[in-house]
Amino acid sequence: MEPAEPTARGGCATLDAALDPDSAAWLRSLGGSPTESDAAQIRLHALLLRIARSEVQRRSGRLKISGPELDDIAHQAANDALMAIIAKIGQFRGDSRFTTWAYKFVMFEVSTKIGRHFWRNPAAPIDAEHWEQLPNRLALDPAQEAEWQELVAALRRLIDTVLTNRQRRIFVSIVLNEVPVDALAAELGSNRNAIYKALFDARRKLRAALVANGYLDNNTSRRA
Amino acid sequence: MNGQSALDRFLQTDPQDVGCEEAMGWMHVYVELVAADPATASRYAGIAAHLRACGPCAEDFEGLLAAIAPPAT
Ligand SMILES: [Zn+2]
Repeated sequence: MEPAEPTARGGCATLDAALDPDSAAWLRSLGGSPTESDAAQIRLHALLLRIARSEVQRRSGRLKISGPELDDIAHQAANDALMAIIAKIGQFRGDSRFTTWAYKFVMFEVSTKIGRHFWRNPAAPIDAEHWEQLPNRLALDPAQEAEWQELVAALRRLIDTVLTNRQRRIFVSIVLNEVPVDALAAELGSNRNAIYKALFDARRKLRAALVANGYLDNNTSRRA
Repeated sequence: MNGQSALDRFLQTDPQDVGCEEAMGWMHVYVELVAADPATASRYAGIAAHLRACGPCAEDFEGLLAAIAPPAT
């Protein structure tokens, strides 16, 4: 099920009436006189920076980034989030608090900056193919290699034969080389949605081919 | 887990999964609903399915949920 489309925005007065006072105040001041708008942007930037800093802190345990570099990412994310918010403010439909909508840009920018940062010190070159890691990535037990060896060999063959070049490249980067999705998006000049879609299609195609070749049962294709 | 079920799970895709663009498009609305009542998640199966499957969107969602949480007292 998809969420219901919120009622169409019927001009500023209608939107204003539906907004909580805090969100309405943000929209008024950001859309006010140049002096008022500048002051509001400075306040908003401070807020976005605080959120970006706590977000990079929250993620820091899983990243090989620390100290000034992390703070630099927070600053860049806050700056770019502010620009995106100002550019897209007309798209704010009032279906959440203004700050929640604004913080979403911070999360997205933090992810994008961290994705780009990955290539400063990548674990492997982009075109490496760590096939020996495949059983590991599938969480297969080395003690039972005799049992899954044939299956893994079949999967490897199918990766070469049923996937498009682009799907194969994305599958290999993410699954074998553990390149984060946002890092790959930055490298390929693409975006998260397109990378995820390619990976989604690749997984579906591989599964269907394994079923067609008798390696997997079809009846396990749907979750309970 | 045997090889078949491990591989099957690994290649599993959820037909309800709405993808990153739509999940991100609704995330600010969805996060407020979930913050108010976690049971809401089940009413938006397409977004919930995506967040289960997509690490980066789930990370953004967790961050957003933390950002809108009232400060700890
Ligand atoms: Zn996603």
